[in-house]
Amino acid sequence: MAAPRHHHLALAVALALLVVTAAAADEGGPRGRRVLVLVDDLAVRSSHSAFFASLQGRGFDLDFRLADDPKLSLHRYGQYLYDGLVLFAPSTPRFGGSVDQNSILEFIDAGHDMILAADSSASDLIRGIATECGVDFDEDPEAMVIDHINYAATDAEGDHTLIAGDDLIQSDVILGSKKIEAPVLFRGIGHAVNPSNSLVLKVLSASPSAYSANPKSKLASPPSLTGSAISLVSVMQARNNARVLISGSLDLFSNRFLKSGVQKAGSKIRHEKAGNEQFVTETSKWVFHERGHLKAVNVKHNKVGETNEPGMYRINDDLEYSVEIYEWSGTSWKPYVADDVQVQFYMMSPYVLKKLSTDKKGVFSTSFKVPDVYGVFQFKVEYQRLGYTGLSLSKQIPVRPYRHNEYERFITSAYPYYVASFSTMGAFFIFSFVYLYHK
Amino acid sequence: MAAATALDSLPAPLRSLRLKTKQQELLLRVSALALIYVLAFVVRLFSVLRYESMIHEFDPYFNYRTTLFLSDHGFSEFWNWFDFESWYPLGRVVGGTLFPGLMVTAALLHRLLRALSLAVHIREVCVLTAPFFAANTTLVAYAFGREIWDSGAGLVAAALIAVCPGYISRSVAGSYDNEGVAIFALLLTFYLFVRAVNTGSLAWSLASAFGYFYMVSAWGGYVFIINLLPLYVLVLLVTGRYSQRLYVAYNSTYVLGMLLAMQIRFVGFQHVQSGEHMAAMGVFFLLQVFFFLDWVKYLLNDAKLFKSFLRITLTCVITVGTLALGIGTASGYISPWTGRFYSLLDPTYAKDHIPIIASVSEHQPTAWSSFMFDFHILLFLFPAGLYFCFKRLSDATIFIVMYGLTSMYFAGVMVRLILVAAPAVCLISAIAASATIKNLTTLIRTKSKSPQTVSGKSSGSKAAAKGAVDQSLPFQQNVAIALLLGAFYLLSRYAVHCTWVTSEAYSSPSIVLAARGHNGGRVIFDDYREAYYWLRQNTPSDAKIMSWWDYGYQITAMGNRTVIVDNNTWNNTHIATVGRAMSSYEDEAYEIMQSLDVNYVLVVFGGVTGYSSDDINKFLWMVRIGGGVFPVIKEPDYLVNGEYRVDKGAAPKMLNCLMYKLCYYRFGELTTEYGKPPGYDRVRGVEIGNKDIKLEYLEEAFTTSNWIVRIYKVKPPKNRS
Repeated sequence: MAAPRHHHLALAVALALLVVTAAAADEGGPRGRRVLVLVDDLAVRSSHSAFFASLQGRGFDLDFRLADDPKLSLHRYGQYLYDGLVLFAPSTPRFGGSVDQNSILEFIDAGHDMILAADSSASDLIRGIATECGVDFDEDPEAMVIDHINYAATDAEGDHTLIAGDDLIQSDVILGSKKIEAPVLFRGIGHAVNPSNSLVLKVLSASPSAYSANPKSKLASPPSLTGSAISLVSVMQARNNARVLISGSLDLFSNRFLKSGVQKAGSKIRHEKAGNEQFVTETSKWVFHERGHLKAVNVKHNKVGETNEPGMYRINDDLEYSVEIYEWSGTSWKPYVADDVQVQFYMMSPYVLKKLSTDKKGVFSTSFKVPDVYGVFQFKVEYQRLGYTGLSLSKQIPVRPYRHNEYERFITSAYPYYVASFSTMGAFFIFSFVYLYHK
Repeated sequence: MAAATALDSLPAPLRSLRLKTKQQELLLRVSALALIYVLAFVVRLFSVLRYESMIHEFDPYFNYRTTLFLSDHGFSEFWNWFDFESWYPLGRVVGGTLFPGLMVTAALLHRLLRALSLAVHIREVCVLTAPFFAANTTLVAYAFGREIWDSGAGLVAAALIAVCPGYISRSVAGSYDNEGVAIFALLLTFYLFVRAVNTGSLAWSLASAFGYFYMVSAWGGYVFIINLLPLYVLVLLVTGRYSQRLYVAYNSTYVLGMLLAMQIRFVGFQHVQSGEHMAAMGVFFLLQVFFFLDWVKYLLNDAKLFKSFLRITLTCVITVGTLALGIGTASGYISPWTGRFYSLLDPTYAKDHIPIIASVSEHQPTAWSSFMFDFHILLFLFPAGLYFCFKRLSDATIFIVMYGLTSMYFAGVMVRLILVAAPAVCLISAIAASATIKNLTTLIRTKSKSPQTVSGKSSGSKAAAKGAVDQSLPFQQNVAIALLLGAFYLLSRYAVHCTWVTSEAYSSPSIVLAARGHNGGRVIFDDYREAYYWLRQNTPSDAKIMSWWDYGYQITAMGNRTVIVDNNTWNNTHIATVGRAMSSYEDEAYEIMQSLDVNYVLVVFGGVTGYSSDDINKFLWMVRIGGGVFPVIKEPDYLVNGEYRVDKGAAPKMLNCLMYKLCYYRFGELTTEYGKPPGYDRVRGVEIGNKDIKLEYLEEAFTTSNWIVRIYKVKPPKNRS
């Protein structure tokens, strides 16, 4: 029952770890390059070719498959066949082969990345996967995001469902260092981010004037999703650093949107090209760990003046702690530079909390005094920064009290007692001698 | 002594036999003692023969683990051992928080055996330490009995204590606990002290001080000694039995014993700083004042002058003493009495104030039946012995009377203290048995010989009484024989009872459970060890296991894994945190477990086998102890109309708390007894109330073959939320 699955999962995790460590060991990137692209119509392959070409141009090996391909499988002999997944099959009711919602989620939980795009035809399956990733699409199957103010000028006559979004997340890590000037064209369904899920981020939010409703019918009741609560594109970075991008619009990735010009309604500026190309390229770089991936290696600690790592510290020891942190630049590991990495010396609560100073070559180090408390401590580095993979290092280290012979031997203030005891002994001896032999 | 004087007064023709009788007597005595010695050892081996050579119960596993450490790493490392595998994340300074006597003894025995080229494992030494010391105790009991009465009483005392169930309960093979050596040390200290009081010799006082040192190093029960001795001295002072012998004996024993005891880290400065030890110090000073006054009286040689001097001195002394005690207590230099001490003086104290003490079954007040169970005929012989002691009052008999009375009181307060009372009861009963039998045999023998010898043989009131009996009872010889037979019958019943109790009640290792199957055969439940070995083999070596504290020592010793709390209940808050986690809903408990880095949770469940000392039965204590520190846990939430139940009528919080879920997870699918619905709990005798248990934050990792131990893995935080 539960046991085989548990085993299976453990094995998968172990293998994934093996793969990751192996990849890291040969100075490669954090992720492999095999990407499965699931489409519900092979036409997508050509209609979205620009996006795929950009992926292929960056070295990804794309495997295009129909979502209901009966021979579809994510893994074989316990090994995953792919490192990433592009799910461009919004309307597919069920996957072919052995793939289902759970296997997709297990794929993510095993540390793989996914780009999921839906549109107004999104099936329950796709919605289910999105929900599991902390994103709830509008439940009304007919609903689309409508914005009567921030629509694209080309859609002036229509129902204002072609949105020119420019409310992007402020993060160079996710969107690249080059600012996306042009608005991003979006036509599709909106979603809300699950408020209890702290891992999801809105990358492209709708404007305050947007709402989600069926454009073809009259609005009977207030729409459930309105304003900037609507997220158009969201990302989720799981605790195991698997990254998922969820877009409510498949068209956002299409050649048509990538190539077309854009002019926001009411705005004088016309951009020759929509922001979509830059947006999808940069976010896909982030999703597939070409950017924003940190790794920490060589965690070291030792007493000041020694080099060996002790198995245990004594209270009030002075120690040094260092860790090397590197960032994947897409082609190589570069030293990570930041001044906000902190280490905790932790036992139920942090007894020491110190910033690590960096030598700009990747080594972060500090030194401090072990508190005057014994117990089982941990060196903890909890480094969670927007867009970056989370670093969560902890290393257990016991701290012992003084040994009986490590205390000060002769204390000045105790000399009166030493004198007293020895003089008493001497006096007693003399007294006995006198008493016994002096008649 | 009595026997010797009797021999001296024999008529001349019998003198030629004297040497021979004496030799015979010696031979008899030595062989009897040797047999008793062997018996005391052998009777404690039931568990080894029936199961295997293994450590029993809970605490002995800690002692075993520390002994292993001691023999592996040496004394210095042991003395400074900081154990980070228990009380995570606080750790425990083991070297400073244990009584090292037992471990050092076992390690020395082990080394001695190795030196003799006997390649035994340290475990065998540990298993047999308690029987070995029980055998030694019989020797001490013999010497003690001879000291306070005569060698006959000594022999009987040795025989009684060799098989006394009250003592066996704590000293069977495998019961490797402090008490195993401590009772030996206790009796030895008392014997040496009485000997010192009787002789006034500095050497015996010194020996007594070392006996006390050994006792302090072995068991916290030494507090009994340090309070009984001053009480005894006080009684002697009040009854006008003060003597130079007493002065020498008490002062040297106290001062030396105190200095020696300070060398034990766990005891440290308690002898001068803790309220429990102040009586001894007070009596010490009182003796000096007494001595001083005696001296002044002798110098002054004037009653009137002395009287006024006495008044001034007493006023001064009492003022100074009260001031010192008051200032010491107020400034915190002298610590107040501990809860354990209070609960001895006031048996209801722990119940109201310290649930963690009250929760231990061996700290419960003793039931009458267990007195009968543990002492059998000694219960009746004890008052008789007291009578004999009062008839022949001496410093020594006063001591044994006081020891007997105080320890009997303590035995009534706490079950486990029956152990302390056992030697006293045996000694006093031995006096009764020995004196009675001696009287009866004398009667029989004098009748068969000439009646004249009677008056020459005995002296004092006893002879007079006997003389009166002689004349008044015509069938006295027959009656004496009948009484003698009755006494032998009683004593043989005692032996039978002791053997039966040892075999049935006190030789179970409690880590391996035995039950009778349908066909009468013995069924062995070895679930505990199964679970601990599973932990050892299948979990990461730094995994942290959360369980109720009872199993902490066993998990660290056998599973070799870090535990959150264990049987050394030094940190009430930490235990309360675990109690709180166990009695919270799963999501609240998950937060607590996360904060303690718990990887696995272990619960003990008897619903399948009918094993009644499981966690569900202990659960209310977890609630009480948890609620004592965290008021969010309220006992009434788990009760329905003050009733503790687990069936459909149980309180909703009870049905959904972590402990309930972990114990009864998947239990609803199981049919435990023919003719009963699935999910029938055989301990509580009910069908459980929540059969559909879903675990969200934990998953079942291992359940032993009889479901006694269930281990759950704490899941990591959800990956995607």
